[in-house]
Formats: sequence, structure tokens, C-alpha cells
Amino acid sequence: MIYFQLFWQFLKIGTVSFGGGYGMISLIREAVLTNNWLTENDFLAFIAVSESTPGPLAVNMATFIGASQGGILGAFLATLGVISPAFIMILIIASCMKNLLKYAGVKAFLAAVRPCIAALVLATGINMGLSVFCGIKQITDSFNISYSRFFIFLIISCIGIITKKIKQKTLSPILMIMISACLGIVVNLI
Amino acid sequence: MKKITNIFLIFLKIGVFTFGGGYTMITLLRNEFVSKKQWIISDLFLDMVAIAESTPGPIAINSATYIGYHIAGFNGALVATTAVCIPSFTIIYIISSYFDSFLKLSYVSYAFDGIQACVVYLIISAAIQMLAGVRKTFFNLVIVSTIFITMLIFSVLSIDFSTVFYILICGMIGVARDFIKLIPRGENKK
Repeated sequence: MIYFQLFWQFLKIGTVSFGGGYGMISLIREAVLTNNWLTENDFLAFIAVSESTPGPLAVNMATFIGASQGGILGAFLATLGVISPAFIMILIIASCMKNLLKYAGVKAFLAAVRPCIAALVLATGINMGLSVFCGIKQITDSFNISYSRFFIFLIISCIGIITKKIKQKTLSPILMIMISACLGIVVNLI
Repeated sequence: MKKITNIFLIFLKIGVFTFGGGYTMITLLRNEFVSKKQWIISDLFLDMVAIAESTPGPIAINSATYIGYHIAGFNGALVATTAVCIPSFTIIYIISSYFDSFLKLSYVSYAFDGIQACVVYLIISAAIQMLAGVRKTFFNLVIVSTIFITMLIFSVLSIDFSTVFYILICGMIGVARDFIKLIPRGENKK
């Protein structure tokens, strides 16, 4: 039952995705890859699309994957799944448990979850890098290094780090994506 | 009723213009509800930011629910949350119908070759930023390194271990640690 599966997977993501933004990337990647909903390449491509369109990444992802697996109803259910935990939780806090976040237990839970999420996102980034640059998903895969992609990664990293050092601010992700798109076309034509 | 319509329109507008995730949205929200309309007082808004950051789910959804509830109760929350999702839902749904054929165009696929490299950079740099925000205590250091190494090894060996568990286990360890610290030392000896 694909509709139930979509709703359930995104409900799970919505319940444990602390930290906002890329904090939920590890969860979404896992759901997408283990269910064979997208390939790693399509997933990365869609993150770029999601960065360049308005709205939260989680909602965009849910809509996109829901639509690709189950049409408009799938898109609706996946989106509903990812937003309902947040909706319910905030309603509870706003209406009757204003001090929920001040309890020692809740504070301790969140304090330990925060470093965990950061580590998960870093590990996910490295995993994606291994897959995009070296073609490795598992230990049994053979090396298949993509020099052109790695070259673009190096250029983008240099641009990112240099602008941060000189201008003291990060370049907008949309601009970075556009630069890398041009680089991709140039490198592949040469 | 007029207030509800107003909430709907404002959140619809915010949904259209929030590129780049939650934090851009917080600036927009402050502008609309604290400065212009003065429906939310500044202290309550600061509380909201803290709550939105510490509860699961996208920051956009959390803050829409919270602000909607404070202005017009449950209906306000429902209307605000729905409105903030409508633009991204519509845009992504349209994109999803053309995405596959779009990716097949050769220039587009060249461009996405570069974009994939860029997305890996964006995720790794987001992770580094999150790590920089984590307090450098021994406990946090242990969590970050353990989770990072475990996740990397598990995914390379393709051992099935849901990301949800990493987050919940870390949270529980945090609570347990807090609990142990609360027990007075003398009591153990008796």
C-alpha cells in the first residue's frame, strides 16, 4: 500500500527531524534510498531544485516524492505526514504546556540530540560525496572516480571558503548552484 | 473572520518568498507580525523562535502553527500552516511532472553533474556550521565522533540501522546522564 507507506515514512521523518533545514537530510535520504523511491543522483538533483524553489526542504521533498510515487494523493499524504507531528506538537506547547521546553529532562534530551544531528548530517554529506565522486555506495563497489565532479567540488569549495574569508558572509546557495551548473556544462563539453 | 483571511494571505505570501529555509522566514515573520501588524509582542516572538528551533519539524511549519494559534486559536493555526504549505506544494507538484523529461535533456544533465557536486558541498558545509554551534564538551565530542563513525561504517557495510534510532538513543543517553547527575553522591554509600 504505497499511500500508507508514504504517509508513515514521512510521519516518522516529521517526528524526529530536529534542527530544521539540512538537519533532516539524513532521514529523508535513508527513506528515499531504502524504499527505492529515488536514486542518489536524482535525490541530489532534487535537493538543488528544492534549494532554488520556495518552501521548507521537508515539505518540498514530501511533495516531490509523494507525487512521483502516488500522484496528487501521494503528494498530499506525504506532505500531511511530514507536517502533522510539528503541527500537533506546537499546538500542545502553545495551548497547555508552555513550559515543556523548560523541563530538565526535555532540555537534556535536546542537548544530546543536537550534536547527534550534526554528526548525522556530516556523515550523510561524506556518504553522498563517496557516492558522487567515487561511485562507492558499499564496500564491495569498485572505485569509479569522477574527476570532473570532484574538480567542480574543489572549485565550489574554494569559492565558498574565499568569499567567507573576505566578505565574512556565505554566498547564497542558489548562486552556488548556478555557478556549479555552468561549470558542469563547461567541463562536460570539454 | 477578517483576521483569519488576513492570516491566510500573509502566510501564503511568506510561503511564496521563503527561499533558503527557516531562518529567512523568521525575519519575514517578525516584519509582518511584530513590526507591521503588532499582533504578536516581541517577547512572545522570541519564545516562538526558541520553540521552533527545539521542536521537530520544519521551522516554517512550527512558526506558522505557533503564530496562527496565538492570533486566532486552532483555526488560526490550521489556516496559517495550510497557507504556508500551498505555494511550495503547488510549485513542486508542477515541477515533479516535468522533472524526469527535464533531466533527460543533455545540457541539463551536464549542468546537474556540476550541481550534484555543489549539493555535496552545501550539505558538508551546513554540517560543519552545525558542528561549530555545538558546545565543545567531552560528552558532545563523544556523541559526535561515535555517531559519525558508526553511521559511516554502517552505511558502507550496508548494515540496516534506522537514523531514527541514532537520534532517539542519543536523546535517551542525554536524559540518563542528566538523571545520574541529579542523584546526590552520599546517597549511594548510605
